[in-house]
Amino acid sequence: MSLEAIGRGVIVGHDSDGSRSGADVLRRGAKALIWFLSRYGLLLGFLILWQAASRARWLNPAVFPPPDLILAALWNGLSSGALFGDIAISLQRAGLAFVAAVAIAIPLGLFMGQIRPVERLLDPILQLFRQTSALALYPVFILLLGLGEASKIFVIFWATLFPLLLNTISGVKELDPKLIEMARVYGAARLTIFRRVVLPGTVPSIFVGLRLSATTALLLLIASEMIGANSGIGFQVMNAQYNFQIPLMFAAIFILAGLGLVSNYALVLLERRLCRWNGAAT
Amino acid sequence: MNAMEPPRGGRVVIRDLSKSFAINGRVLPVLRGLHLDISPGECLVIVGASGSGKTTLLRVLAGLESADSGKVLVDGEPIGGVGTERAVIFQEPRLLPWLNVLGNVAFGLEVRGASRAQAREHAREYIDLVGLGEFADAYPRQISGGMAQRVGIARALTVQPEILLLDEPLGALDAMTKLIMQEELTRIWREEGVTMIMVTHDLEEAVYLADRVLVLPREKSGAVRLIDIDLPRPRDRSENRFVRYREELLREFGLN
Repeated sequence: MSLEAIGRGVIVGHDSDGSRSGADVLRRGAKALIWFLSRYGLLLGFLILWQAASRARWLNPAVFPPPDLILAALWNGLSSGALFGDIAISLQRAGLAFVAAVAIAIPLGLFMGQIRPVERLLDPILQLFRQTSALALYPVFILLLGLGEASKIFVIFWATLFPLLLNTISGVKELDPKLIEMARVYGAARLTIFRRVVLPGTVPSIFVGLRLSATTALLLLIASEMIGANSGIGFQVMNAQYNFQIPLMFAAIFILAGLGLVSNYALVLLERRLCRWNGAAT
Repeated sequence: MNAMEPPRGGRVVIRDLSKSFAINGRVLPVLRGLHLDISPGECLVIVGASGSGKTTLLRVLAGLESADSGKVLVDGEPIGGVGTERAVIFQEPRLLPWLNVLGNVAFGLEVRGASRAQAREHAREYIDLVGLGEFADAYPRQISGGMAQRVGIARALTVQPEILLLDEPLGALDAMTKLIMQEELTRIWREEGVTMIMVTHDLEEAVYLADRVLVLPREKSGAVRLIDIDLPRPRDRSENRFVRYREELLREFGLN
């Protein structure tokens, strides 16, 4: 729980045993407003400044249309359903790749982390693949898989695989061997040690990998859709720019930012649920 | 044996036990032909300078390491690796950080195939025994070092071992907590009737807890010594005889 939340709890507690006069309600409202501003004030100020600068033509509105126009473009795109298809196809590409990466990297990482010779053998090649930009390999994937869905999904998969795999491996390797010895002393079999000690102990590292991979997935999604696609949010950003529909371009950019925020928040929530024991996660 | 009855201590027989380590190509013997009989319900405390092999001996008894030669019998049976009749308390509590106190104490029983409900019910008893009843839901990061070590002790007791092996269990605690825990250990040992074999570097702790103190020699050629601590319990640290035992141990280490 954050300090802010504790602070709010104290305020509520204080109010509930006092008389509920108008002044109290007012003070409570003021406190909530201050909290809101301390959190989102700068963001709000940035948007207001953008709006004013664009309307007053301090900024070129052709390049930086005011946020209200962007919102209108976003609303049009969503209410007419035109952007839904793009959102769906983008989610499908990133989602499939991400799920495939999770399904392969986590079991493989757990296995590699526990068996030292395997890890030693595979580490150099993993380091090489990781350091080779997935985008640089995209033309290779296009040659192999064509310009369709397969190459896009594969390039996202490729880029998300390594952060997840390497974090899972290091999570297993950094696990305290004394805990494993403790479990052995109680007569735990290998599988029990894996299930009760190795797996739960690796979860925090896996989440570091998941969050890195989710960010990478979106990045590669956009890049691959900009290079060779005729649908998807990344394509819409490029396409709107070609057609000089600048508010629509920004609307698509905001959708991408929103997808990033939502996916990260979902992972944070899941992590809090699974790692309540870990002080750093709450 | 009825699970609710206090377990009877196990008998340990050590015959001609030797173990050496190879460090940088040099072979260092740490145990040489050790003979020792430990009676059921006895408290044996092992002291010795660092490198004298006291922790090695305990790890061999735990079944975490194998000896080069010689044998260890528990209740007449040679040990082969870790065994359910023995439990180990380490210097670090070694709690699983993702389990609360209750989960950690129940861990040993759960690993041995007890049902979750049964293990936890049993664990609560021992959590109360070590005085942590109110902290059953706390996570390891929320409790102090002394409390964590109590959790480790409770976890070991929950599996109702015949033999409790303790590797400097109070070594990392502050002086105050240490004194309290020494008293606690004496109480638990008497209540449970378990055979206790403990390694320490604290000579006063050895005199306070032990029926017999095993002194491992400084030089590899030297002989081990066994000192009977013939004092009534509860022991008084300021009493003359207590102080004399302590001095006797100090002399073993050439300190006076």
